[in-house]
Amino acid sequence: MHSLLLTIDWVLVIEKAVLISVIIGVSLLIAMYETYAERKVAAFMQDRRGPSRAGPGGIFQPLADGLKLFMKEEIIPTSSNRMLFVLGPGLAMLTAMMTSAVVPWSSHFNLFGREVSMQIADINIGILYIFGVVSMGVYGVMIGGWASNNKFSLMAAIRGASQIISYELAMGLAIIALLMITGSLSLKTIVEQQQAGHYYVLLQPLGFLIFLVCAFAECNRTPFDLSEADSELNMGFHQEYSSMKLGFYLFAEYINVFISSAVMSTLYFGGYDIPFVNDAALGQHIGQNPLAALQAFCLFLKVVCFIFFFMWVRWTVPRFRYDQLMNLGWKVLIPLAMANMLATGFFLLLKENHWHF
Amino acid sequence: MGITQILFWFLSVLALFSAIMVVVSKSPIPSVLWLIFVFFAITVQYILLNAQFLAIVNLIVYAGAIMVLFLFIVMMLEIKPDGRPLGPLLRQWLPALLLCGVCLIVMTVFLLLAAGGAGPLPLVTASPLAFGRFLIQKYWLGVEIASFLLFVALVGALYLGRGNGTTGG
Repeated sequence: MHSLLLTIDWVLVIEKAVLISVIIGVSLLIAMYETYAERKVAAFMQDRRGPSRAGPGGIFQPLADGLKLFMKEEIIPTSSNRMLFVLGPGLAMLTAMMTSAVVPWSSHFNLFGREVSMQIADINIGILYIFGVVSMGVYGVMIGGWASNNKFSLMAAIRGASQIISYELAMGLAIIALLMITGSLSLKTIVEQQQAGHYYVLLQPLGFLIFLVCAFAECNRTPFDLSEADSELNMGFHQEYSSMKLGFYLFAEYINVFISSAVMSTLYFGGYDIPFVNDAALGQHIGQNPLAALQAFCLFLKVVCFIFFFMWVRWTVPRFRYDQLMNLGWKVLIPLAMANMLATGFFLLLKENHWHF
Repeated sequence: MGITQILFWFLSVLALFSAIMVVVSKSPIPSVLWLIFVFFAITVQYILLNAQFLAIVNLIVYAGAIMVLFLFIVMMLEIKPDGRPLGPLLRQWLPALLLCGVCLIVMTVFLLLAAGGAGPLPLVTASPLAFGRFLIQKYWLGVEIASFLLFVALVGALYLGRGNGTTGG
């Protein structure tokens, strides 16, 4: 036992634990206010006022909604598989949260004589880790839908899962083109490269567009929310769920929106880089800690823009039909992503050859 | 005992327990889910060996893609245990026991043949870049053959899935 205590760097463990709880807390808070923002944006688009009673401007509405979900009666259908029925929403929430581990939220703070990195884990397989966790996210939907023991839920779950698998392919191919440029899978390195050069959205506009569409599909957001198509499936894979288990599914979706916005900002829009400013020079001027705070704020602003875009699309574009969805995924996005990949490879080789054939 | 050993033993027990549950589960869906646990435990074992790339590819390909397809098929078929006896116990267990025994013997023989017995494996971290270079430079033929085989399988699946051409779609 004594040697065990020695082998663990306790300061590091505490540092990471604090960082993890902060990031999870912030993600939950943002997801909470995403529900509020969604209703406000919807109201704005439809020329209404939206939630306005709870607190000034309806600012406490998410708390009221959360309280409502907690207080509601919890029903577990007798014919369901009890264990898996409970596991489903938990899994959805877990996979939604886990992705945040590799996103660099800012550069680093200097606290208590230590360099505290604002990334939970800088692993050299960052993007692949995100893919791995996203592909685990399918199970939350599938298990929940199956365990409900309801035909509509099962159909919705299978729809949702096949949609996620199909769009994961195009997403992966879009990322490959980006990786050919960066030469690294670490998100931190990718951000640092963008700080030194251009934002990758300028080099990979098509790749970004494909990634964006796939992100919508992966999050089950309109126009790709076929697993929740209430006109065809009553309500979707979470039809049998009530109380906070339903809340977990809804919440997981909002966390996914938040995290995928963060990933898109990191990969294509410079992550925590402050636009139009030389970060290193600014850091010399105002010190590392204010700089890191400013960088985190910049990433937050980029993320908020993406979240708004998600909502804007939701209230603008109607839902696809299922065959349209599959055609778009397999016959449009995948060939486009492959063409993008080939073109990127061509230009990279040409550049290596100093622009001569 | 360091944190690595504790994790190793925990994951080994988890993997073995889940593997047993895969075999003894009565209904196929829990069986598939336990198999995902097995893959998960093995993935973390790879991470303990510092083989991060291998770990994540294992997770994406097996747990993320192949098991989803398994689950798909099993859910669509809707197999339910109907309480029918599965035949005499001996017939259920004998093939499995025989196979396990053969594997155990082969493994023991290999372990005994390995000179020096127990020894620590050298820890090396292979970055994805180095791993990719190594694979494409040394084993490009194998990679090409494997990808070609997959392509052939894909075309075959397309041909079979298309039916006799009258139904369309």
